[in-house]
Amino acid sequence: MTNVVVLIEAVDGLLTKPSRELLTIARRHGSPVAVCVGDAADAAAHGADVCAVVSPADVVEPVASLVDALATVCAQYSPTLVLVTSTIEGKEIAGRLAVRIDGGVITDAVDVREGLEVVQPIFGGAVTLSAHAIGCAVVAVRPGSIEPVAAQGAGSVVAVTIPEPTRRRASVVSSVAGAGSARPDLAAADVVVSGGRGVGEHGFALVEQLADALGGAVGASRAATDAGWIDHKFQVGQTGTTVSPQLYVALGISGAIQHRAGMQTSKTIVVINKDRSAPLFDLADFGIVGDVASIVPAIVAEIGKRRA
Amino acid sequence: MRILVCVKQVPDSWSERQLTDGFTLDRDAADKVINDLDTYAVEAALQLQEVHGGETLAISVGPVDAEDAIRKALQMGVDEGILVTDPALAGSDAMATSLALAAAIQKAAVDVVIMGIESTDAKMSVVPAMVAERLGWPMLTLAQALTIDGSTATVHRQTSVGHDVVTASLPAVVSVVEKFNEPRYPSFKGITAAKKKTVEHWGIGDIGLDASQVGVAGSRTKVAAAVPRPAKQAGLIVEDDGTAVAALVDFLVERRLV
Repeated sequence: MTNVVVLIEAVDGLLTKPSRELLTIARRHGSPVAVCVGDAADAAAHGADVCAVVSPADVVEPVASLVDALATVCAQYSPTLVLVTSTIEGKEIAGRLAVRIDGGVITDAVDVREGLEVVQPIFGGAVTLSAHAIGCAVVAVRPGSIEPVAAQGAGSVVAVTIPEPTRRRASVVSSVAGAGSARPDLAAADVVVSGGRGVGEHGFALVEQLADALGGAVGASRAATDAGWIDHKFQVGQTGTTVSPQLYVALGISGAIQHRAGMQTSKTIVVINKDRSAPLFDLADFGIVGDVASIVPAIVAEIGKRRA
Repeated sequence: MRILVCVKQVPDSWSERQLTDGFTLDRDAADKVINDLDTYAVEAALQLQEVHGGETLAISVGPVDAEDAIRKALQMGVDEGILVTDPALAGSDAMATSLALAAAIQKAAVDVVIMGIESTDAKMSVVPAMVAERLGWPMLTLAQALTIDGSTATVHRQTSVGHDVVTASLPAVVSVVEKFNEPRYPSFKGITAAKKKTVEHWGIGDIGLDASQVGVAGSRTKVAAAVPRPAKQAGLIVEDDGTAVAALVDFLVERRLV
C-alpha cells in the first residue's frame, strides 16, 4: 500500500476540520502518515496510520521548519501524494516542498479522485481542471471541499527529527495579536457579506454581524461607500476589489453591472433585498425578498442555534 | 543596491479567458495586461530605490509580447528590463517557471527580489516561495511595509490574528500585498523615457538551462481535462414569510457553508 503524507493541525490536541478532510482524502489513496506539530490525540480516530510528531520547540520558523519536517518524512515514507490545507502558509509549504522533493504542485484543489486525479477550479470557477502530477503530487486542498469521514487508523506514533537548517531564513522578531482586523481579507475570504444602499446608514452593524457569524469578510457596493457609510477599501466591483468566494451574501444591493463584475464568479450567491425587481436576484442561488433589518438578525440567531 | 521586481503578463480579468486544446493558457484569446498585483511590487521597488539609490530591474518569463508588461514597469520608472523568452518555455508549470526565474535572478546578481502575491490568471501563488526555495534565500511574505537597513530587510505583515514584524538577511525574496502602497501611474515623462530603456532578451541557454528542464518537458504537472462550468441554473427566490430564514440556513448547511 502506498503512503500519503498529510500535514495536519490540532488545536488543544484535537484535529481541525480541514485536517480531518485531508485525512479522509488521504485514506482513499493509501496509508495516511500524519505530520503534526505537537500531539494530535485523535489523528488515529480519523484514519492516520502513522502520527509523525514534530516537537513545537523545533519549529523556529512556521513555514521553513514544516517544509524541513515534511521533506524528512517524505524521504522516509516515499509517498505518492502529499496533502496540505490550501491557506497562504499551506500553499507556500506546498510550493517549497515540491521543489525539495521534485514533485508536482497543485494548489486550491477541491478533490483528489481515483488515479490521483487532482480537481482544481480556475478562472474564478468558470473552468474545472483535472490534472496529474509527474512524480509525487503535492496538493493543497481548499478547506470545506469534502465532508470528513471518521475511520480508525493504526496510529503508531513516531517522533520527527528536523535536521539542523543550513539555509538562511527569515525570523519573526515580533508578533502582536489582535492589532489587525479579526476578519479575513476581502480579496481572499471564503465568505463575503456585502451591504448596499438598502441597508441604510446605520445598517452596516448588521452586515458585520452576519459576516462574523459566517466567519467572513465585509464588503460594500459603491452606493454605500460613496454615501460614506463605510470606507472605500471595502468596495466590491469593477473599481474596487474583485472577489470569488465560496459564499457571497448581498444585503440591500440592487446589482449594478459594475458591482456584478466584481462578484459574479462567487460559487454561491445569496441575495436579500426588499425590491423583487433588483437585477442581482438573477445571479442568486438563494434569494429572500424582504427587509434586511429583520432578516439578518434572524439568520444570525438561526446559525447560532444550529451550532449550539 | 540592485532591486529586481518580477512582473507577469496576464489575460485581462475582464475579458474572456480560455485554454488551448493542449490546456495551456490561450494567450491570444484575451487582451493582455501587466498582472495588477505586480504593480504594487513595482511601486515597492521604486520606493526602495528612492531611499537607497542603486538600480531597479524588471524581469518576466514569457512569450516575446510579454515585453509589454516589462515596458509598463519601465514607464513607472524601473531602469531596465530582462525578458526570459524561449520557445522551449511554452507550457511551463510552477516548477518549470520557478526554475527559469531562479536561474535568471541568479544571473542578474541582485540584492533583493520583490514579487506580487499572485497572478490573476493562474492564482496558484506558489512561485515566489518556490523561487526563494530554489535560490536558498530567505522569503519575507505578504509585506505591507518593507525597510532595508544595511544587509537586513524588515517587513510588516498582517496575519489572521494580528501583526508580525519579520526580518531576513539579504539577498532575500519579498512578496508584497496590495495594502503596501498605491502604484503610481506612468507620467508622460516616464512613458517617453521608457522608450529609450533597454529590455534584454535571454533564452534558456543564456541562463544555463536546457529544453528538457522547462516547458512541458520540465513541468511536473499535466492537465488531463478542462470542463467549463455548467450554465447557472435559476436560483430559488422566496418571500420573507417567516420560514425563509430557516430555509436559507438549511440551504447553507447543505452546501457546507455553515
